[in-house]
Amino acid sequence: MTLKRASDDIDRSEPAKKPTPDTTLHTALPATPLTTASANMDSDDEFNSSQVSDDEFMADQDSDVSIEDDSDFDIDQDDVGFESQDKDIKPTKQTYEVDFIVYSPDQIQGHQDKQVDEVSNILGQPPESTAILLRHERWNKERLIDHYMEKQEETLESAGLGETSTTNPPRLEHVKGFVCDICCEDGPDLDTFAMRCGHRFCVDCYKQYLYTKIKDEGEAARIRCPGDGCNRIVDHKSLDLLVSSDLQARYHELLMRTYVDDKENLRWCPAPNCVYAIQCGVRDKDLIRTVPTVRCDCSHFFCFGCSLNDHQPAPCALVRKWLKKCEDDSETANWISANTKECPKCHSTIEKNGGCNHMTCRKCRNEFCWMCMGVWSEHGTSWYNCNRFEEKSGHDARDAQARSRQSLERYLHYYNRFANHEQSAKLDKDIYLKTEKKMTQLQNTTGMSWIEVQFLDAASQALQQCRQTLKWTYAFAYYLARNNLTEIFEENQKDLEMAVENLSEMFEKPIDLLQGLKVEMMDKTSYCNKRRVILLNDTADNLQKGNWEFNVTL
Amino acid sequence: MSTGAKKRIMREYGECMSDTPPGMKITFDEQNMTEWEILLDGPEQSVYAGGHFKLKLTFPNEYPFKPPVVSFKTKIYHPNVSNDDKGSMCLGLLRPEEWKPPNKVVAVLRLIQTLLIEPNPDDAIEPSIANEYKENRKEFDKTAKDWVKRYAK
Ligand SMILES: [Zn+2]
Ligand SMILES: [Zn+2]
Ligand SMILES: [Zn+2]
Ligand SMILES: [Zn+2]
Ligand SMILES: [Zn+2]
Ligand SMILES: [Zn+2]
Repeated sequence: MTLKRASDDIDRSEPAKKPTPDTTLHTALPATPLTTASANMDSDDEFNSSQVSDDEFMADQDSDVSIEDDSDFDIDQDDVGFESQDKDIKPTKQTYEVDFIVYSPDQIQGHQDKQVDEVSNILGQPPESTAILLRHERWNKERLIDHYMEKQEETLESAGLGETSTTNPPRLEHVKGFVCDICCEDGPDLDTFAMRCGHRFCVDCYKQYLYTKIKDEGEAARIRCPGDGCNRIVDHKSLDLLVSSDLQARYHELLMRTYVDDKENLRWCPAPNCVYAIQCGVRDKDLIRTVPTVRCDCSHFFCFGCSLNDHQPAPCALVRKWLKKCEDDSETANWISANTKECPKCHSTIEKNGGCNHMTCRKCRNEFCWMCMGVWSEHGTSWYNCNRFEEKSGHDARDAQARSRQSLERYLHYYNRFANHEQSAKLDKDIYLKTEKKMTQLQNTTGMSWIEVQFLDAASQALQQCRQTLKWTYAFAYYLARNNLTEIFEENQKDLEMAVENLSEMFEKPIDLLQGLKVEMMDKTSYCNKRRVILLNDTADNLQKGNWEFNVTL
Repeated sequence: MSTGAKKRIMREYGECMSDTPPGMKITFDEQNMTEWEILLDGPEQSVYAGGHFKLKLTFPNEYPFKPPVVSFKTKIYHPNVSNDDKGSMCLGLLRPEEWKPPNKVVAVLRLIQTLLIEPNPDDAIEPSIANEYKENRKEFDKTAKDWVKRYAK
């Protein structure tokens, strides 16, 4: 397998001018064009320079994660054998991105068939039996061939393919004096079944057992004999004899799932009803150094490590801890994420109706920040630190009670922001849908044809993705121990947050102004995306190098 | 629930009645035979000696193709019993992957008795209690006995 280096790629610092994204490109970037920098962008230099170091860093990452001197990795890559397929592994674009390939069910089936054929030739077994043997060895063909060459009969036996079962096809029998140990029925006319292990049950019980395993428990490749303590696998000839054709179809579907489940470098897309699988070289042991977000062809972004929705920049282990904590503390935290708050000045109830955190009280016109309830005008200044929790003095900390209160406060600080971005993302989406609808209506009633909602769509997507990232930066920050790198992180977090709020605010403008704001909106969109890339590259780079210190062990 | 399943539960009940494991009392409601109540005495050689534990055994609709579900109604300090209002157990025979349809309730009851004498910290539902059981047996015994006094008299 050859990986293209990032340096082989075109110069990415040049902004793309066409607003149509390349849909076949498998990168974690939103489908949003980069436009030229806007006037309020003070960080062009920063952005470009971070690009240069990214390219340098890419080489590191390649050798760390992808081209490891790790034999099982090589074998698996070889195993997968999709090299000749039409899809190539795309070059990694950014430090925080990983290489991956999306496969359709047909491609997965094709690959299984290819491996079965190959091994079938080596072992001299029919493809049908080879498939059972491969599944039995969890698709580790080297191990299978070794075992088979060493102890042929035993290998066949343990996979339910002993000599007799291949020459004498399985059949139902009537046995004199038989009593079924499951349902206690007896009688000379009772249809019974047993595999070679001799554990005999009535056919109804056998069928019911297989039905429960396949239908309820989703098992296929490793269903054991129903006999107490027996580990013999039910082979598929026996299964075909016993179960109905629709259950057989489900069984074969499950066998395919098993294939992907058994391969460490393959994973199903977790989106509901999605049928694609993703191949990625990142292994469990790599997950403390990288956050492998992949994008399925169904456009769902998820983490290859844990299958949860994209949770950059937080590593999987922190995500698990955080979600557990939120679950445990949900009652304490619930009230804080409630949808209404009081105006800090006049105490009238204010309901959040858009994703924007810049609130204006309808009654007293007080402008404040929804997250920290601080005065909004202070949010642009250098001493603004809405995103950072100020650790209290050591004096307080000595008091145990104060300590526990402070730890709760600290948690709530981060949780509040985490939940807020989650909530805001939903509100942003709502308001975008409403806006889009209103604009279409406007177009219909006035017959105007100037409406081009593409830029709104791009803005909305950027907001969704940036809020998703921001949300997880707060879980990340919660577990971060302060060192000289945290300040840069917090700066990046703050910059992204401000970029997001600026863009989010645009959606609250009157509809008829939006068309005139198109250029500004596109600039703000592109700026948001850039800030996100900068933040993620920084966190990913330091994660790779082991520079972050966490207050928990990963 | 199928008539086959009901038949089997009745048959097992009969077997349990004629051969009840010592230290155990089984009752069930004629109206609802899918729920058994079990009164279990803490085994003499265990930290639970002197306690009387109430358990509920529920047969799922798919019985005997799925295992019965066991829960402690009396609070117990044990690595294999969840320390919440459910008091659930999920190990060995009680796991769907382990359970085989010919297995019988009586085997489940014996398993529970064995676990009271010798907990299985390697397959624990309460990791912190399991850890204490392994690392600080004295403390574990103390709490377990204390809970017997408080909840299981
Ligand atoms: Zn039967
Ligand atoms: Zn058997
Ligand atoms: Zn998908
Ligand atoms: Zn993950
Ligand atoms: Zn007000
Ligand atoms: Zn604020």
